[in-house]
Amino acid sequence: MSALALLSDHTLMTVAMGAAVLGVVSGVLGSFAVLRQQSLMGDTLSHAALPGICLGFLWAGSRDMGAILGGALAAGALAALSVMLLTRLTRLKTDAALGAVLSLFFAAGIVLLTLIQRRAGAGQAGLEAFLFGQAAAMLRGDVQVMAGLAAAALGLVWLFWKEFKLVTFDPVFARTLGLPVVALEAALTVMVAVAVVIGLQMVGVVLMAAMIVAPAVAARQWVARLGPMVVLAAVIGMASGVAGAVISALGRGLATGPLVVLAASLAVLVSILLAPGRGVVWEWMTRRAERRALRGRRVLAAMQALAAEHGDPDYPAEQGMLDAYFGSGTAPALSRLAARGAVRRAAHMPGEGAHWVITAEGRAEAEALMAGPGAGEDRGAGEDRVAGRGTGGVGGQEMPGDAGAAKDARPGADEGGSDARGAAR
Amino acid sequence: MMQALLDDPAFSIMATGFLVGAAAALLGPFLILRRAAMLSDAISHSIVFGIVAVWMLTGAISGPVQILGAALAGVLTVVLVELVAATGRVKNDAAIGLVFPALFAAGVLLLNLYASDVHIDTHTVLLGEIGFVWLDTVEVAGLTAPRALVWMAAVAAVNAVFVVALWKELKVATFDPVLAHAMGLAPRALFYVLLFLTSGTAVAAFDAVGAILFIAFVVMPPAAAYLLTDRLERMVPIGITIAGVASVAGYWLAMRWDVSISGMMAVMTGICLGLAVLAGPRHGVVAGLMRRARAARQNATRALVVHLATHEDSAERREENVAAALRLHLDWSEARARAVLGEGVAAGLVRREGEALSLTDEGRRAAEALLEPWRRGGG
Repeated sequence: MSALALLSDHTLMTVAMGAAVLGVVSGVLGSFAVLRQQSLMGDTLSHAALPGICLGFLWAGSRDMGAILGGALAAGALAALSVMLLTRLTRLKTDAALGAVLSLFFAAGIVLLTLIQRRAGAGQAGLEAFLFGQAAAMLRGDVQVMAGLAAAALGLVWLFWKEFKLVTFDPVFARTLGLPVVALEAALTVMVAVAVVIGLQMVGVVLMAAMIVAPAVAARQWVARLGPMVVLAAVIGMASGVAGAVISALGRGLATGPLVVLAASLAVLVSILLAPGRGVVWEWMTRRAERRALRGRRVLAAMQALAAEHGDPDYPAEQGMLDAYFGSGTAPALSRLAARGAVRRAAHMPGEGAHWVITAEGRAEAEALMAGPGAGEDRGAGEDRVAGRGTGGVGGQEMPGDAGAAKDARPGADEGGSDARGAAR
Repeated sequence: MMQALLDDPAFSIMATGFLVGAAAALLGPFLILRRAAMLSDAISHSIVFGIVAVWMLTGAISGPVQILGAALAGVLTVVLVELVAATGRVKNDAAIGLVFPALFAAGVLLLNLYASDVHIDTHTVLLGEIGFVWLDTVEVAGLTAPRALVWMAAVAAVNAVFVVALWKELKVATFDPVLAHAMGLAPRALFYVLLFLTSGTAVAAFDAVGAILFIAFVVMPPAAAYLLTDRLERMVPIGITIAGVASVAGYWLAMRWDVSISGMMAVMTGICLGLAVLAGPRHGVVAGLMRRARAARQNATRALVVHLATHEDSAERREENVAAALRLHLDWSEARARAVLGEGVAAGLVRREGEALSLTDEGRRAAEALLEPWRRGGG
């Protein structure tokens, strides 16, 4: 199929529009859920939508989208309420409450589903699609309902942006400001249920959890502020939605849900590995560069010390001796130093290993290193500087959904910071 | 006799349901107490991937190869979750929410693509086919028994041996991992074995109840038991009992209403949890409300006693220590004042003579203990 044929395909356009709507909403609302550490709430709410779908179907007597989505939303809200009540009223912890509500609601949904199958016969075919999503069965009218819901949810986020942001990052502070924190948190949770409802046809109840979590986590790797994160999550969600929907429309018998989820998971994997400044690969390269720089400095300092010890600025240090001193090969470090002119090879007797001499530039660099940035200060100040490195390295504000280990991954920030501090003294 | 039982579909179905619940209830308490209940959710989703992968590699759709192989997928999920969380870029809960949907999606996709003609389809993934377990039988020890029942029994036996043999170790590792580590018990390895057995149980139960309803059997009976008792020794048998009740009641109701048997069994475990939440002896909601009401009544009686004691020998006694003053001065309603007064009289703390109220000796002692607690014991 050519690109033009793809664009003019009515079904595909409908599907792509639906996927785009879903991606935007789940990205935006998922960002809040992930930052509030409610990722698994999305899982529970998406499974819990099943009985609501069935009840909506039973109530309307047909596959009426309004009734089905309404039922799903009501079931989601009830599930969220049940989780809250279970953790507040009993000694069950959040994990057990989430698992219990998830499996109970899903089981009830299965029971209702079989009830509908026995009663309605062929009419239930439309309901099974809600389990894994069946984008091809989506109608323009369905997309309009989805878009309406999405607009309502996004409008709410836009209206209460500041409040939601505050509740997400610092609920205690929000309470001291007199904000209705419980109501705002409930609103955010119910809006996750709205995202679930929007995704039902596209991804299905079982996999909708991933659409809440994945775009938000992927977006978080690239940016450190809530606004850009929400926008980027929406874009990533939209892209995965459209990609999954298009692939599923092209192939035969491929459920949409798994494809959309796999696309989103791929986005997460790429983001975690490659995001600049935060990605695993990026961090690995930074670490390697730092390790090499440190190695070079140590070799240089050792050569400088040797030269001083022998009273000969041009003392040729034997490479084998340096290897023995550092307990491992120094050849890569030496050749890097030579490349920037800090050392040069020296003539040596045949049968001996390579010898190296520190150059004038190298000497200057080594002297600066020995003196350190806090030159002329007492030792206590130097220790203070070292202690400060651990905390001084954080570049931006820390997101609440982050784990701590990312702190030391900001390259250069700590060095620059401590240098500035040293200079200020 | 035994063969007659096994030939009865109703018995096979209920026994399979019970064994799913019992095998899960042996492991569930440790997961719940370690706050890892949602790992069972992750595991039971991703064994779908394991089952499809094992089927594609070996062609096995039941038996030890399938159970062990697919169970590895469950452990793989946990390893991946820990790996993602260890990068420090994603919180643990989000990591769970990322890993298992990806594996589940891959499993469903492979099913879509390659497995349309074997009996594992997406329908089974969700529902299980406990209603048909009696159709597929194997010969064991001269008896013809349903295949699912046999494998569930084997898995339940393995779980029982594990839990009984390593009871002390599991207990220490669950309640105090640091102590367990100090004692050289390798709590992490033990936890992984626990998760491996959970995935194995999920795989064995897959044919019967599907991937998602299995969560109900792992989480709900132990959660209910957790609300009913404070002792780990009792949590396991209570969980197994609940599984038995749920499988029998679930089968019966499913037959009556002609709905999914496995779904109904799972709903019944939920009903059991609901009952435990409401009626648990110490941690139930009703018990909590009653405790609160009792505390409120005790407080009211104390307030009455103190009120009477404060004004006992004073000039306002005539005005304060009468039944009518309780309404005005303590701001109690007519009914409340009467109830509290009745209770005080019944407890032998207050004496009533017409309108006037006075403290008995015991009531005076009670008031003193409240007003001047430092005198207590000192004589």
